[in-house]
Amino acid sequence: MKAYFGRRYLVSASHRLHTSALTAEENRAAYGKCNNAYGHGHNYLVEVLVGGAVDPATGMVVDLVALDKAVDECVLNRFDHANLNLDPVFADRVPTTENFCQAIFNLLCDALPGGELEHVRVEETENNFFECSARG
Amino acid sequence: MIFLTRRATFSASHYYWNEAWPAEKNKQLFGRCANRNGHGHNYTLEVTVAGEPDPVTGFVVDLKWLKDVMEREVLSAYDHKHLNLETPEFNNAIPTTENIAIAAWNRLEPAINSAGGAKLSRIRVYETPEIFAEYRGEA
Repeated sequence: MKAYFGRRYLVSASHRLHTSALTAEENRAAYGKCNNAYGHGHNYLVEVLVGGAVDPATGMVVDLVALDKAVDECVLNRFDHANLNLDPVFADRVPTTENFCQAIFNLLCDALPGGELEHVRVEETENNFFECSARG
Repeated sequence: MIFLTRRATFSASHYYWNEAWPAEKNKQLFGRCANRNGHGHNYTLEVTVAGEPDPVTGFVVDLKWLKDVMEREVLSAYDHKHLNLETPEFNNAIPTTENIAIAAWNRLEPAINSAGGAKLSRIRVYETPEIFAEYRGEA
């Protein structure tokens, strides 16, 4: 019996959207105020959806405490109250929420205590969000 | 294909306990959820149906009809109830959020799918705003 267990986490972080591949004017045109020199921040809402068989003994797809521990260790401790641009995973890519979502998916894939990672959804604000469902 | 979702809330109590295990193992695995006096949540049930809009009404389903089905099949059984003690599907299954999602699907699917219109596509049950389970039927 396959079901999905979802959990939401809050990550407060700063970033600046800027790439050395573009000129200053092109960066401004592409990223608008997200290109402001000193960066800005968001309360990101990270939704993790884990799929798998429901264990008949526990009634669970994945143990919530073990999932929290894994997310703490590989996502929250790393990104919460941090500057995303300075993290090694963004050394060669812009910390757009698309790339942030992909990075979290990749990190969690290897750390999941059970089940399979169905998707990671990152809400940057109430009005925009991104989903990733495959390693990239 | 259009997916249409209706939400409803219910408040219920439960505890997590596997009778096949000693008390210590239950307490170790389930933590505070193993408190035999139970505890409760305000659950949110999301029911998603899939279908094509009717060319005359423009509806995938009549939302009032869907509301009544959810009320009759799920809310009347779960709202202000103790899930372990008052609902037969949890006599032999722990009322985790996962199992509640599956049980809600099993209660709703015959009524929705036999109506001849949209089909049940997805159930989500939120135990808190941060914790939810989803069931999409047998793949």
